[in-house]
Amino acid sequence: MQLTVWTYEGPPHVGAMRVATAMKDVHYVLHAPQGDTYADLLFTMIERRDKRPPVTYTTFQARDLGSDTAELFKTAAAEAVERFQPKALLVGASCTAELIQDDPGGLAKALNLSVPVVPLELPSYSKKENWGAAETFYQTVRTLAGPNAPAPGSERTPRPVGRAPSCNLLGPTALGFRHRDDVLEVRKLLESIGVEVRVVAPLNATPADIARLGEADFNVVLYPEIALSAASWLKRTFRQPHTTVVPIGIGATKDFLKEVGELTGVDPNPALAGEPSRLPWWSRSIDSTYLTGKRVFVFGDGTHAVAAARVAQEELGFEVVGIGTYSREMAREVRAVAERYGVEALITDDYLEVEERIEALQPELVLGTQMERHMAKRLGIGCAVISAPVHVQDYPARYAPQMGWEGANVLFDTWVHPLVMGLEEHLLGMFREDFEFHDEAGGSHLAHGTRRATAAAEPVPEPAAAEIRIAAPVLQAAESRAEAESAPAAGEPAWTAEAEKELKKIPFFVRGKARRNTERFAAEHGVAAITVETLYDAKAHFGK
Amino acid sequence: MSDVATLDSKPGAGCGAPEVLRERGQREVFCGLTGIIWLHRKIQDAFFLIVGSRTCAHLMQSAAGVMIFAEPRFGTAIIEERDLAGMADANDELDKVVTRLLARRPDIKMLFLVGSCPSEVIKLDLSRAAQRLSKRFLPDVRVLNYTGSGIETTFTQGEDMCLASLVPELPAASEGDAPNLLIVGALADVVEDQFVRTFGKLGIEEVSALPPRRSTELPAVGPHTRFLLAQPFLGETARLLESRGAQRLAAPFPLGVEGTTGWLKAAADAWDVKAETFEAVVAPGQQRARVAIERYRERLAGQSLFFFPDSQLEIPIARFLSRELDMQLVEVGTPYLHRQHMAEELALLPTGVQLSEGQHVDRQIDRCRAARPDLTVCGLGLANPFEQEGLTTKWSIELVFTPIQGFEQAGDLAELFARPLVRRTKLEV
Ligand code: SF4
Ligand code: SF4
Repeated sequence: MQLTVWTYEGPPHVGAMRVATAMKDVHYVLHAPQGDTYADLLFTMIERRDKRPPVTYTTFQARDLGSDTAELFKTAAAEAVERFQPKALLVGASCTAELIQDDPGGLAKALNLSVPVVPLELPSYSKKENWGAAETFYQTVRTLAGPNAPAPGSERTPRPVGRAPSCNLLGPTALGFRHRDDVLEVRKLLESIGVEVRVVAPLNATPADIARLGEADFNVVLYPEIALSAASWLKRTFRQPHTTVVPIGIGATKDFLKEVGELTGVDPNPALAGEPSRLPWWSRSIDSTYLTGKRVFVFGDGTHAVAAARVAQEELGFEVVGIGTYSREMAREVRAVAERYGVEALITDDYLEVEERIEALQPELVLGTQMERHMAKRLGIGCAVISAPVHVQDYPARYAPQMGWEGANVLFDTWVHPLVMGLEEHLLGMFREDFEFHDEAGGSHLAHGTRRATAAAEPVPEPAAAEIRIAAPVLQAAESRAEAESAPAAGEPAWTAEAEKELKKIPFFVRGKARRNTERFAAEHGVAAITVETLYDAKAHFGK
Repeated sequence: MSDVATLDSKPGAGCGAPEVLRERGQREVFCGLTGIIWLHRKIQDAFFLIVGSRTCAHLMQSAAGVMIFAEPRFGTAIIEERDLAGMADANDELDKVVTRLLARRPDIKMLFLVGSCPSEVIKLDLSRAAQRLSKRFLPDVRVLNYTGSGIETTFTQGEDMCLASLVPELPAASEGDAPNLLIVGALADVVEDQFVRTFGKLGIEEVSALPPRRSTELPAVGPHTRFLLAQPFLGETARLLESRGAQRLAAPFPLGVEGTTGWLKAAADAWDVKAETFEAVVAPGQQRARVAIERYRERLAGQSLFFFPDSQLEIPIARFLSRELDMQLVEVGTPYLHRQHMAEELALLPTGVQLSEGQHVDRQIDRCRAARPDLTVCGLGLANPFEQEGLTTKWSIELVFTPIQGFEQAGDLAELFARPLVRRTKLEV
């Protein structure tokens, strides 16, 4: 048993729902109790989808157990096919039904339905959401494209001369982080070098589209967490190669184009002509000097964490001080990046561990998920969201891809925004006692306060944008927590009043680091009382 | 999902009583775990530990509006493969989790082990676990258990189960004690305080609430206890209180002028408060509520209304909207109909109103589409899809997360229903 408050990923059947909801003309019959229907609101509220997810839940109750839960499932499946007329039916169980062992796949087969059935076995007690999405996509592709597979061992007919090379885009789902816009951007990118996009899947694909996946020359794996297992099967079965680079950031986008060039023989250079993205110049222009060496902590799913680290370090000139992921499937890739930047990788799905790491590292910017956004808020550190889990505000109305040239522009803007900027940073540093530069003010372009206590108390009442009916104790709890954390622990070096006052003159966005460095310095040098001298000794010792 | 749908005309429903369409099929409702979202704020020194799956944890996170609080007083002990395969003893594992949790949270005085569908299907005995852990952690921490599982409870029934688990823990009032009044059901603190003040003015001094704000302040109960249900979903809690000798004061629920008056009156009568005193005490509140409600009458009068089942608050709210704001009730769905506790409410409903109990969501959607009501009250999973079809909706979950009871909140309750209609007419896009 594992104690959890917040989770990075939902259960695997939610991954299956992301695939089913993304597609057209499919329906998913899920053997599950009534409470599991909460998952609908992820799609209708957080992503603002205007249709119900195509999911029928059997909603069995205690009194059905042991008698007719299997019958219940069969009725639900038959009714769903009749009512929704899907072209393919996915069937499976959630955690509770998995324990009852009714075998939805077998039951659905026995019904002799008029549509292809994709049975899903998603082990809820060992796997999670992304794995569930990958497995669902893979089983769907196998079931629907399988009948069109060439005889094993046969060669792939080469593309006729004069026909443009073509590909499928694999991986975008419902409830994905910016999947909608990434698809558009990557399509543009490919078309700019004359590569045709045949099928995008699962997003907006029909079962018929899935059936003809094998026709394209190669596959683009946009999100390896979701599409890699299907792409590998397509490679084995249809001899379709697939890409390995995810085009997030300038360098990766160039590498991606090169890889596509190698797979197709197309010259990718036309796509690089001119200044396809503003990021390189925005980053080189002198206003960005202040970005140099900003300490960033990166955490997210494997794909986005790896990509973000590269952009942060190589394209914005930040210093990556820590990187991690909750996708154990991508641990190897993330470890490799960590090694490249000389930091330790954090592979965990325990948000408390992530919070501890951030507190210890005191970065100036966090690139993370909604969970890290909340942690960073509490700690008074700027944060930009780079990966799922996401929330309603991560589905912007505007076009905001992460991939390709426009994606790079978006990354520049959104990552630089939370930082205190340029000359303002200097002024804050020089005139600490100006009453308008008090800590609570934060960057003048940032509407939200950065002070710890206010941030912790901030209720974020979406999606149920209702006042929580018992608000007062929340504030008290948050305040006492904030207080408890600033109290010195016994046995640690104590701050003299004078040094404490001097510390307050250091801008709030680096104060945490200064405090930590000074305390470490004092501990290492056996200093019991921290004076102003100790503060500056530590500063000299550690550098800025 | 059988085709069972019966029109209920049992004797006892009586003639003129509303027809009830009983439905069985897919239910689009939360499970009882969801009540933890407000209960963990209400009882300030209690922690709710769900013994369940990743799904349960994900439900809590999604329904709670994702990470509202720094460190909430709830969590999930997620059952893993090793617990199921017998590689680890689930009870030992649970003890470990609880020990670690209590070490980290010394402020916790009461721990609820909350059962889920998986823990119940594998027959993990949480009542034995609670006894075992209580023995270990008393007097510092009392450990109780209840079920919030989706196979046993629907949404607000989770609160019923939680409060029911508290009833055996309530100290016994002694024979000679003066009669005391118990307000049963979690209310926003501000509303609870208003009611306590009003009872004070009526001369009813011994008033306490279940749940209390602190687990150490459990109210006493005994044959002199009279209780008022502040929420309509507390069947089991009421039953257990009655088995301890307490008497339920039959009343409508305190929503709107009429409901609040009837609710206060039930206590006033039990305490033999003089009619004039009662009038004098409630008149100002009634008057303020009428003024506040009047503001929304123009917007709401004559508008048709369709309730999907959610919290069991549907019937009292429908009664308020139809009688005090002249709205037209198309269908009033409730997940469960407690005929006895709802008797006063049912008597006040307009004749011929269509009630439905349970759910077959697809058929209910068909009925709703056919009726095209002016306002549809439904859950978050259905609201946006309905809006896209041109139906105006009110999220039902807001009705449990907002203070709506009592005279001072009657206007707010009306406003919740007026807002979506106002918005519709405002938008030019
Ligand atoms: S319905 Fe059951 S399995 Fe689903 S969240 Fe509720 S308790 Fe957990
Ligand atoms: S508001 Fe201040 S920080 Fe923001 S852009 Fe203008 S000068 Fe820079």
